[in-house]
This record gives sequence, C-alpha cells and structure tokens, in this order.
Amino acid sequence: MSEELIFRFNVDGDDFTSAGQASVQVKKNLRQLGIDAETIRRVSVAMYEGEINMVIHAGGGVAEVRVTDEYIEIVLDDHGPGIKNIEEAMKAGFSTAPDTIRSLGFGAGMGLPNMKRYTDEMHITSTVGVGTKIVMRVNI
Amino acid sequence: MTVEGLTKIIDCSALTMPDPEAEVTGAYIGDLLSWVMGRASEGDAWITIMSNVNTVAVATLTGVSCIILAEGVTLDDEVLSTAKNKGVNVLSTVMSAYDCAVALNGVLR
Repeated sequence: MSEELIFRFNVDGDDFTSAGQASVQVKKNLRQLGIDAETIRRVSVAMYEGEINMVIHAGGGVAEVRVTDEYIEIVLDDHGPGIKNIEEAMKAGFSTAPDTIRSLGFGAGMGLPNMKRYTDEMHITSTVGVGTKIVMRVNI
Repeated sequence: MTVEGLTKIIDCSALTMPDPEAEVTGAYIGDLLSWVMGRASEGDAWITIMSNVNTVAVATLTGVSCIILAEGVTLDDEVLSTAKNKGVNVLSTVMSAYDCAVALNGVLR
C-alpha cells in the first residue's frame, strides 16, 4: 500500500441500536485490505467503544479511520458535552451513563479503558460544552 | 467441535445458525458488553442473557463462534434477522449460564 486510505463515517446519535455499524464496516474493509486478524480485532473493538460513547454521551459525531503502511489511526470527533475530568473518566468502572444504557449492557465504565488497552497510542482532547476528540493508533 | 455439533450434544436449540461450521474453541460468560468485548476470545461460545442488537454487534467484533442465550432467553425478530444477516450463530438454552458452561466443559475437553 503506497498511499494512505481514509474511511469516514457519520455516527448517528439518535439510534443506539444501530451503533456499531461503522466499526463493523471498518472490520470488513480492513479484512479486504489483508490486515492481520488481531490488528483488525483491536481496531474494531476500540472503534466500537468510541462509537458507543459518541451515541450515549455526545449525540453522535464523526469517525475517521486512516490506514497507512505503519499504523491504523482512528479519529473520533464529537460536539457533545465534553469530559470534565479525563483522568477520572479513564478509570475502569467510572461511568456517567444513564440506567437505560446500563440495561442494554453498557455503561460499566469500561469503554475508555478498553480503548486504551486495545490501542498503542491514545490521546483525548476535550473541552466542556464544546466536544471531545479522541485519536487512537494501532501499529501494524 | 463445530457450533452445529454443539447443538446436537448439549441441551440447546439454534435460533439462527448461518455459520454452522464455526469452530468452538472455548467459552466466555458475561452480560456487560464492554467487558465481554475486552475479554472474550475469538472462537469462544459466549454465554449471556443479554439479547439486544448490540449483543450481535459485539459477537461480530469479537469473532465469537456463537452466542448462547441462557435461562431460556430468546431474541425478538428484528435482532434475529440482524444476527442472520451478519452471520452470527445464536443458540438458546433453558440451562443457567453455570450449567451451560459445565456442559460445554464436558464436550470441549
């Protein structure tokens, strides 16, 4: 692959049940590119967690996946409420998700820790009232 | 052991089995989807009582060989057709998650 490839998705914030569509599509695309299975798994799990977060907390957003020779980069950008305390949000078990989300099997405070765990690099920038941007990289 | 083989040995029924030849290599029990996504391994039979459409997405992303809905839990038609379209095997059993895992342990070893 000499040129980088970019996949871009709008994550619909209104439809919790369709969340995950972008991640499943990315998984398919990466498979077609011949990326190894473990790398695909890491990328798609990290992206799914991010996608779910955008739906639960931010009313949707934009997800972009960049594939280069060395790494796969996932950029998640939303205009949601922002994260007050990133350090606290990164702690396993910390969650501000409502009960309705918990009854669907999410909201356990595992999303951000999982994203970190499955990627080689993760950077969060967030401003309360403006939005959150997360950049993750998985090395190939 | 394939998923189809499993349905013949343990007390369960297939709600949809688009990939009967998928190999069952282990088992994982969990209802918190993020937890499952972080811990379940590819090829696991995933035992859960969570049966919404996100369960199907998590099964797709983790590459588990099948979902086994315990305690007699079933799927509504919409989720069932999503599972079918995504190639996700879904079985249902009246056994508890524990009993189901014990039964699996008997056939996977």
